[in-house]
Amino acid sequence: MNKFSLGNILPRQDAMYFAVLAVLIVIVLPLSLDIFRLNLVGKYLTYAFVAVGLVLCWGYGGILSLGQGIFFGLGGYCMAMFLKLEASDPESTKIQSTPGIPDFMDWNQLTSLPWFWEPFNSFPFAILAVLVVPTIFAYIIGVAMFKRRVGGVYFAIITQAIASILTILIIGQQGYTGGVNGITDLRTLLGWDIRTDSAKYILYFVNAALLFACLFVAQYVRKSKLGRILLAMREREDRVRFSGYDVSNFKIFVFCIGATFSAIGGAMFTLQVGFMSPSFVGIVPSIEMVIFCAVGGRMSIIGAVYGTLIVNWARTTFSESFPELWLFAMGALFIAVVMVLPNGLAGLYKNYVEPRLVLLGGKLKQQWASRTTPVSVSGGQE
Amino acid sequence: MQTSTHSHRTERRSRGGLLHKLSLASASALLFSSVSFAAPATEEVNTTGLAVTDDTVKVGILHSTTGTMAISETGSVQAEKLAIAQINAMGGVLGRKIEYIQEDGASDWPTFAEKSRKLLVNDKVAAVFGCWTSASRKAVLPVFEQYNGMLYYPTFYEGLEQSPNVIYTGQEATQQILSGIDWVVKEKGAKSFFLLGSDYIWPRTSNKIARKHIEKLGLKVVGEEYYPLGHTQFNSVINKIKLKKPDVIYAIVVGGSNVAFYKQLKAAGIDMTKEKPVLLTISVTEDEILGIGGDNIDGAYAAMKYFQSLDNPNNKEFVAAFKEMWGDDIVIGDVTQAAYLGPWLWKAAVEKAGSFDIDKIKAASPGIELTTAPEGYVRIHENHHLWSKTRIGHAQKDGQYEVVYETEELMEPDPFPEGYQ
Repeated sequence: MNKFSLGNILPRQDAMYFAVLAVLIVIVLPLSLDIFRLNLVGKYLTYAFVAVGLVLCWGYGGILSLGQGIFFGLGGYCMAMFLKLEASDPESTKIQSTPGIPDFMDWNQLTSLPWFWEPFNSFPFAILAVLVVPTIFAYIIGVAMFKRRVGGVYFAIITQAIASILTILIIGQQGYTGGVNGITDLRTLLGWDIRTDSAKYILYFVNAALLFACLFVAQYVRKSKLGRILLAMREREDRVRFSGYDVSNFKIFVFCIGATFSAIGGAMFTLQVGFMSPSFVGIVPSIEMVIFCAVGGRMSIIGAVYGTLIVNWARTTFSESFPELWLFAMGALFIAVVMVLPNGLAGLYKNYVEPRLVLLGGKLKQQWASRTTPVSVSGGQE
Repeated sequence: MQTSTHSHRTERRSRGGLLHKLSLASASALLFSSVSFAAPATEEVNTTGLAVTDDTVKVGILHSTTGTMAISETGSVQAEKLAIAQINAMGGVLGRKIEYIQEDGASDWPTFAEKSRKLLVNDKVAAVFGCWTSASRKAVLPVFEQYNGMLYYPTFYEGLEQSPNVIYTGQEATQQILSGIDWVVKEKGAKSFFLLGSDYIWPRTSNKIARKHIEKLGLKVVGEEYYPLGHTQFNSVINKIKLKKPDVIYAIVVGGSNVAFYKQLKAAGIDMTKEKPVLLTISVTEDEILGIGGDNIDGAYAAMKYFQSLDNPNNKEFVAAFKEMWGDDIVIGDVTQAAYLGPWLWKAAVEKAGSFDIDKIKAASPGIELTTAPEGYVRIHENHHLWSKTRIGHAQKDGQYEVVYETEELMEPDPFPEGYQ
């Protein structure tokens, strides 16, 4: 009865995928990139949290959410509120008519800190809020939708609408939220300057560690009974229901997990980029995140990370080389992926790369066996 | 005696307007002496490792060439490229040709931050000409301050900001607003105002200043309304305007919403060519009229510092050069002209400082004057904004403004206006 042993959750092959990704993120990239590029990779990886959550919701659960930006944004805003309060001490804001409140509140004639900002003076509260606020919000949406058996396209449209509403709310209430500009000019975390190069290295590795923690949770969900129920639900929801399962609870649960992942990503984004704005909450970024997931392969949690990295890397490279044409290149990339690779990069790997690797591995074994002196195994291909 | 006053005032970073006379004298002296520079050695003019070689210097251009802001920002890109080409034709800056690296901010504020970091950290550019919206400026500002870069920002904006790393070549809110309202009160006998705008910081702050000024004059604001960016349904506010019958509609609608607003205004029977109500805007340049259509905005007034129709030799030359480079059907708005000033002001600062070092440029910038500006004479204030005149333009059917008024004196930039906050 070692059902929950590591070996069951992470079979050998999956463990290898994890290891390759870990080597890439933790060793290869930090050694080969300068801090500017590495910080960019760190930023891309924060989107990977969302993409991994989407693999669970969409790939496994069949719940297509086009509003994951809501949770990414909420997580990011909770973190940004804490950092902004720390950056707005009376000393550095003495030029304002009301010193000690964030600058955008002063521009909007607020003379005291609104009540819902007060608790964000506390770091533990802020961390708790990053995790809890988006999850509760997801829970409310989940209960309201799934208990009424709203699903499929209708659910996707409703999440879009909520993303849109939240954006409008943030922009409209600029005295409380910073409006279109967002919350900018964040400097320190508990006195630690997050803008220095060393801080960026540390944040990058913290981010990587959290991502792997999330990947591990996702892997656990995949391999557990819950993962199989999700798959069954996706294929034949009614049959699962008639078998006595409460389908909606499973959906709510996986939707909440996706939201929590996104929120962690959002908070790490704020820390690494140094600001948060409503442009991450709306419909467009939410759809982009679905694209990251689709490019990676919607059934593969590791693929989602690669998909996110590749799409964002391509975006940065194209836009640096062709500032006036890069969007067309991105469009072509998406069309190509959807037409040629319906299962994304993971599908490409499964269908073409892996069989060849197996073949190659077999040949190598034969060669080694035929030699008189066995060569020590050097790990072979990457 | 004078020098002691000078240093004392500099230390206090005073925003008073007295200093310019002093620094003006030193500025012009230095400007003349810089003419004799024959490409000084690179290690002398670049002690901080910027991308300066013996014959080139790299600068950045950072605007949106894609996304919703592309329409507005394209003119700025064109103007900056024109200025750089002209400076290169004259022999460059300190004997070095300017090479530009263009990056796309994609109408997305985080992208602006990412690209500005790239320009400063990777490319080590000596200056960046760019940004348009306040949001993009706020996003890049910490980056410029952290890596000590120089940004030349072209847009008229809300003020409430004064960074040593930015030269604001557009007008801040009070420069645009106060003289516009004074004019409409004096010339049109306006007594009541209806304020409206897009819902973000620039229109809100501007209307706040406008309201205070109107109330100081003892006149009345009969309504104030805001709509999200991209809003296209203005019927309810137009009905309110018809109900309240203000003398002046003070409109700070931004971007694509303008098209809907002016068309609906006209369709609702508010005729701006009539005596009342007067429509006064600070957000519609010739660029926006291209979208709105000259017929729909015929008769409105705009308060800003530059119109393409400005009648002076500098401007005629500028418009001709612009059209030669970018085509005959192009129109030039206020921000485009302000963007054109950026490279020239930077050149003057580098030559005055005799160095590309950012800290020296910061110190040299106040007091720099430009007599060749298309808008006429401008000068950099201690607070890094420009002294400039404000003009009132009367919109014509052909999409151009006819200049009907111009302030006699240069307006002092005052980004933190006391009594208006």
